[in-house]
Formats: sequence, C-alpha cells, structure tokens
Amino acid sequence: MKYLDEFREKGLAMPLVAELRRSVTRPLRVMEICGSHTMAIFRNGLRSILPEGFTLLSGPGCPVCVTSASHMDAFISMAERPGVRVAIFGDLFRVPGSNGSLANASSRGAKVDIVYSSMDALELAVRNPDDLIVFLGVGFETTTPGIAATILAAKNRNIKNFTVFSTQKTMPPPLIALLNDPGLKIDGLLCPGHVSSIIGAGAYQPLADKYHLACVVAGFETTDLLNGLILLARQVGEGVAKVENTYQRVVNWEGNLRAARMVDEIFEPTDMEWRGLGNIAGSGLAIRPQYADFDAVARLDIVLPRATEAKGCRCGEILKGMSIPTQCPLFNTRCTPQNPIGPCMVSSEGTCAAYYKYGID
Amino acid sequence: MSEKTILLDHGSGGLASQELIADLFLKHLDNPILRSLEDSAIIDNQPGRLAFTTDSYVVDPIFFPGGDIGKLAVHGTINDLAMRGARPLCLSLGLILEEGLDLDDLERIIISIACACRESGVPIVAGDTKVVPRGKGDKIFINTSGIGIVPDGIDISSKNARAGDVIILSGTMGDHGITIMTRRAGISMQGKLESDTMPLHGLVRQLLSQIPNGIHTLRDPTRGGVATSLNEIAANSGLAISMEEEALPIRPEVRAACEILGLEPLYLANEGKCLAVVSPELAQQALSIMRSCPEGRDAAIIGRLTAGKPGRVVINTPVGGSRVVTPLHGEPLPRIC
Repeated sequence: MKYLDEFREKGLAMPLVAELRRSVTRPLRVMEICGSHTMAIFRNGLRSILPEGFTLLSGPGCPVCVTSASHMDAFISMAERPGVRVAIFGDLFRVPGSNGSLANASSRGAKVDIVYSSMDALELAVRNPDDLIVFLGVGFETTTPGIAATILAAKNRNIKNFTVFSTQKTMPPPLIALLNDPGLKIDGLLCPGHVSSIIGAGAYQPLADKYHLACVVAGFETTDLLNGLILLARQVGEGVAKVENTYQRVVNWEGNLRAARMVDEIFEPTDMEWRGLGNIAGSGLAIRPQYADFDAVARLDIVLPRATEAKGCRCGEILKGMSIPTQCPLFNTRCTPQNPIGPCMVSSEGTCAAYYKYGID
Repeated sequence: MSEKTILLDHGSGGLASQELIADLFLKHLDNPILRSLEDSAIIDNQPGRLAFTTDSYVVDPIFFPGGDIGKLAVHGTINDLAMRGARPLCLSLGLILEEGLDLDDLERIIISIACACRESGVPIVAGDTKVVPRGKGDKIFINTSGIGIVPDGIDISSKNARAGDVIILSGTMGDHGITIMTRRAGISMQGKLESDTMPLHGLVRQLLSQIPNGIHTLRDPTRGGVATSLNEIAANSGLAISMEEEALPIRPEVRAACEILGLEPLYLANEGKCLAVVSPELAQQALSIMRSCPEGRDAAIIGRLTAGKPGRVVINTPVGGSRVVTPLHGEPLPRIC
C-alpha cells in the first residue's frame, strides 16, 4: 500500500532498530503524547525491543480518555432527552460515566448513532428532520477543523436541526500543565503526528526552550516511530533540546493555516475540564456566540453535572505518565475491556487498553 | 404494496403460508424429503458418528457484495460441521420474517439458498416460517441447523493440538467483516471488497482423505476473527501460539479499509476460511492440498503451537518485536483519529 508499506519495510526498519540501540547513551524518559502513537508502538512490538534505559510513558493524548466524567454524564443525559439523537465516534459508545454508558442509554431506547465523521452527522440531520442531532465533539486539533467545516456547511445549507456539543481540546496547554507538575520527570516528548499537521512543529519550540525538552514530531509507521525515538535518544545523549520533525511528508513548521482560520471562525478558547488533569485554562474550544444556533450547549441549555471519578481508578495518574496501568489496583481485576471502569481502558487508544490488548503479563 | 410484501398471514399456518411454501420454498428448494411436507424429515441411517450444529443469521445489510444472508446461512452451518471433520448431510431452515419484507427480496434470498445448497450438495430437508409484526424484527432472521457424519477414525478437536503443530490459514483474512462494516458505514472504496462466504467441506474432505492423521484441529474464524479463534485453540489445548505478522495473508483492499477505519484484520469476521492445526511433518503437504483447492489458493502457514504459557497467543512483528494477541472484546468500533 503506497505511503504505508515503504515506512514499514523490514529492510529499512532493522538498521534503525540497531541504530536506536547505539543512540541510547544515557537513561532517558520520553512521553508519547498521542494515543495513536501509544497503539502504534505496541502494535509494532517496539516496547519489547526498547534498549535498556529507554523509558516510554504514555501521555494525555487520547481524546476519549481525557473526556471528564461530568462531560460523559452530560452526553448520556442529553441522549435520553426526547427529540434528541446523538451522533458519536465509535470510541465513545462504551465509555462509562458515573452511571452507565451511551451503550446502556441506547439499550434503554436513547437514539445513539455511530458516525465516521461530523459530515455523516450532518447527513443524519437531513435524514431525520424531526430529531435534533447533537454531534458529540470529542477530540483534538485533528477533528476540530472537520467539525468547523461541518458547522459552516450546515449554515450554508440552512440545516436547522444540527448541533455540536463541543468538548474539543487543544494540545499545548495540557502539556504545559503537566510540565509544571514537579512530579513529572521527563527528558523528551514524542510529539503527535496528526495534531502537529494542524498546529505545526513550531508549536513545541516554547517547550523545548522553557523546559529544556527534546521534542520530535513523528508519524505512525514503524520507521517513523524508530526514527523519532532515535532522534530523541540522540538529543538527550548530547544534552540538547530542540524541535525536530521526522514527519515532513505531513507536518510543516507553521501548520495548516487554512484549517486554523476555519477553526478560529467557529470556535473560541475556553477553560476545559480534563479527566485526571482537572480544569485547564484556555485548553478547550467553545462555539462562538454568532454560531449559537449550532451549539448544543446553548440550544439545550446544558449545565455540566458534578460527577465523581470511579474509586480506585488511576487513569488520572496514568494520563500524567506518573503510573503505568499495571500499577493500578483495578487493572485486569475489576477493569477490563469487557467491563471498563476508567476511560483509558475503554478507548481503543487508551493506555490501559493498549497494555491489556498488547502486553499484559 | 400488499401483493408484494410479507403479511402476518404468511406466518399463520393457513392458506397464505401454504402458498408461500408451494410457490416459493418448494419451487426453489425442492427435494424428495422436503416435498413430503411431513412434520419431520426422516434420514436414512448412515455409518459413522453424527455431528449436529445450529447457527442463527441476523446480518445487516441482508444483501452485500459477495453474498447475502441466505448464502451465509447455508455456508456457515456447513462449515461448522466441516470443522469437526463431518461430512455435511442435510440442513434445516428456520425463517423469521418481519411483516412488510419485500417478497422479491425473500425470493432472491431463497434462490440464493437453493443455489448454495446445490453447489455444496447439501439439501434443506426441514423448514419453518414465522412472521413477526413490523418493528419486532429486522427484515429477515435465519436459523439453520445441520447434521453431518464423522467418518470412523476421524477426530478433529481443538483439544488435539500439540506443541510443535503448524497453523495454516486457508486464505486471506477479514474480507467478510470489512465488507459488512464498510457497507454499514456507507463507505465506498476503490478496489473490490467482497465477502468470502463459501463452503469449506470440500477442502476439508481433501485434507482428511489425503492426510487423515495429520489434521488435529480445524476452526472457522468467523465473528471475533483469527485472533479470537487462535485464543480458543490455545485455551482449549493448554498451549501457547506464536505467529508471524508478515505471514498473515491480507488483501490490499482489506488492509486499506482497515487503516482508514482503525480496525485490525485479525479481529474481523471470515465466512469462508479455516484455521488448520497440522502435524509439523505433514504441514507442507497440507499446505499444497489446500492451495490446490480453489477455496484455499491463498493458504499460508501463519504460526505454530508452542509449549509456552497456556492460552497465550503472541505475534512476532517484522522488526523483531512481539505483542500479545487477545481475543476480541465487544464489537469492533471505529476510532476517532
């Protein structure tokens, strides 16, 4: 398959594995931020061949995992309102709130549709004119431009029964919140590939400067990942901290300015609650008042309920990279993919799901 | 509209039911046993042990590239019999129809069932039809049960797998599952995605007649995919399984669709594939036999049983890494990003 096979080729990858071993000259701790990186690293079996001294931590980059319990509760109670049909990405279906999941609500008769893009949700609105469609916006910069484009399309096509409940989040703020936590000790960041295609590799320069962090943007295929890890090990070994971009076929320094403009047209920064990290100022996106017709929060008068996180669940510490899943007392005892308690287990990109699926012992 | 759709009357057992049987079911599925229209089918005594299985089919959409719910219902039950080394003898056909089902659609499905029965040489010998009110079903649900004969000396079971045995997959993975998922999602892809639904008793017969002692276990990796079936084999045999990622046969179109939807081919359903656990010394011969059959032309050795941690399935990645392969949990859902 073009653009995939080349980057998975064994003949290219094996020398990189050897080079990675050579590149680790002192112990280092690196956080991979993106959930897709977490999964890709497991899928390639890279954890099993990491050189000694190379520690990989999984950060807060799985959008489902960082969705707060109070947001989940709001989603579920909204799905149960008469006349409302919620459209979601598949990952969200089984995520538990304080009392059940959207899957449970669906079994009780709530209208819950799994869609593949926000544009599909717009078509759902056309097909169901008597329902108010609420698309649950959960994601980072990778999904925000598509949602902005959908709202613009809804406006242009004069579709009145389409709304978005935005819990969209932005990437640099939670990293800064994490880095200000003295408990977190890391030398470098494996920066997300697709988020960076929107915000640009340049977004990490302040982190490299202020926190003396090695920052490497990488893609998701075998050689992309190996290359990223090599550059991180080299920077740490040499004691330098700079931004390097190994994903140049997708990511540039400035980012996708057109997408950024579209997002800015529809959304404005707001404070956002993150599971495990709490409220982070300016880390979320709300729909601007001039687009209130498409804002479920405004139209349905949504007030976020107070929710409690599951007792004993360490998703918060895991998202901060301060615990690994196997240290959680619930992991593989009460919390499994069949019966997830924390969101890191339910999302296919969650750290706990990845440990369970690809590696538990 | 009333002329061309299924009515509650069609399931009443009265005149409308009889018309449906005569004009549709017997017309296409006719054979001497079915034609007698007795309360049960009598099947002559056969030498060997009886194998008996049942399966229900509720697939949505009911028509999909490469097949339909009827064909699936015939092949699925034949394959379940074949996976125990049984020679399929006959099937029953139970239909639960939703009021309002298009009669043309029903006829298409019955013709497809008839065609699948004819091609596989396994007749429908008993049947039943019920109609449920609109909204209480979803167009059509089918149950087929099947009887087969296991020849003397044949013992196929996942308990028989031994350390060192080789695992052969009879063809490419995930074709059926991805076809259904992309149809449901309304995603059209370049290249041809189609279900692999087909009967495997011919291929199994070849294997068992040529190397009767070489085949220890057969499994058809339907729902849950190859990953789940391998976990079952490992659990039942008390052995570990080690497989090679590079050896897994996957069609490029299937791989592309999986990349887009964030799905793993290892977890997607197959409806015309089997996993064979074979004695190591007969593995090459088994592979050649499979490849000489049209059903098995893409067969490949994908791994082997080992004396490792019981029940553990590990896949070795091309870069020399490894990861554990767990059974499927819940429905496979597409990812956000």
